Amino acid sequence: MTKRSDEYSRTLTKYVIGFLASLALTMFAYALVSGRILTGDSLLLVIGGLALVQMIVQLFFFLHMADESRPRFRLVSFGFMLSILVIVVAGSLWIMYHLNYNMMGMSAAEKDTYMTSQKDKGF
Amino acid sequence: MSTLALRDLKLLNFKTNSGFWLYLMTDCILFASLFATYIVLHGGTAGGPTSRDIFELPMALTETIILLTSSFTCGLALLALRQENLKQLVVWLGVTYVLGIAFLTIELTEFSSLIQAGHGWQQSAFLSAFFTLVGTHGLHIFIGLLWLFTMVIVLFKRGFTPKLKRQLGLFALFWHFLDLVWIFIFTVVYLMGVMPS
Repeated sequence: MTKRSDEYSRTLTKYVIGFLASLALTMFAYALVSGRILTGDSLLLVIGGLALVQMIVQLFFFLHMADESRPRFRLVSFGFMLSILVIVVAGSLWIMYHLNYNMMGMSAAEKDTYMTSQKDKGF
Repeated sequence: MSTLALRDLKLLNFKTNSGFWLYLMTDCILFASLFATYIVLHGGTAGGPTSRDIFELPMALTETIILLTSSFTCGLALLALRQENLKQLVVWLGVTYVLGIAFLTIELTEFSSLIQAGHGWQQSAFLSAFFTLVGTHGLHIFIGLLWLFTMVIVLFKRGFTPKLKRQLGLFALFWHFLDLVWIFIFTVVYLMGVMPS
């Protein structure tokens, strides 16, 4: 019985810590954006980083990924999913933002002239 | 319960949990492709409003906090389930349910006010991508609420069966996972959409 209530309070602590940490991370990211403390790329990196930290917090405290016993099936499939996710997202952005450059049958100098002339049109 | 039956049950639990986890992983890839589409089409406003014009951060923050709290109370429900404490379980599931409804109401209010202002999904590639990404998440929440509702009815009718325990465990995974996806919607769509450049 003591063992059982031990586990109960340990899990409860994990939920409370996870909840408070997620709340703090969310409020911090919100304050950074609404308070206009940072701008541009540095702000982008910081709030992106905060989201990643919160993901790890929730995986650990809510989804209990560290508690899994071997052979850690969940962790392995999660890692595989993550690699597909990075390929899909980073790959899409990489391709789409270089589409005009890669699709044109022009020399490098011609491309530069053309792209500069198109810039004002919002492409 | 005999040892053999217990071992069978454990194996069944493991199999169901693993299968459901794999489903969640494929769902992550679905959301990843929607996120990629949204980021690519973010600038394609076709003369319509940009993300800066239409998003309201305080509302998005409220949604985030509601969903986060609902994820937390869902965890508390899971704890009550392990203790077989029916009263606590029903209370926490009820709180989770009400918070889910509140989240969905805010989201649908946002959608309908956008559509009424003429900024529906047909206006621009940006709005199509926005409605698809956020709407898919909202649809998951809606299905989760239906699922929870049916489970609570079964709980009142049959009590703590091994099957119901397994399903409530899966529901908790699903709900935590939806909260995780929302963090990225909050960050990528709302925060990055209105931040000073």
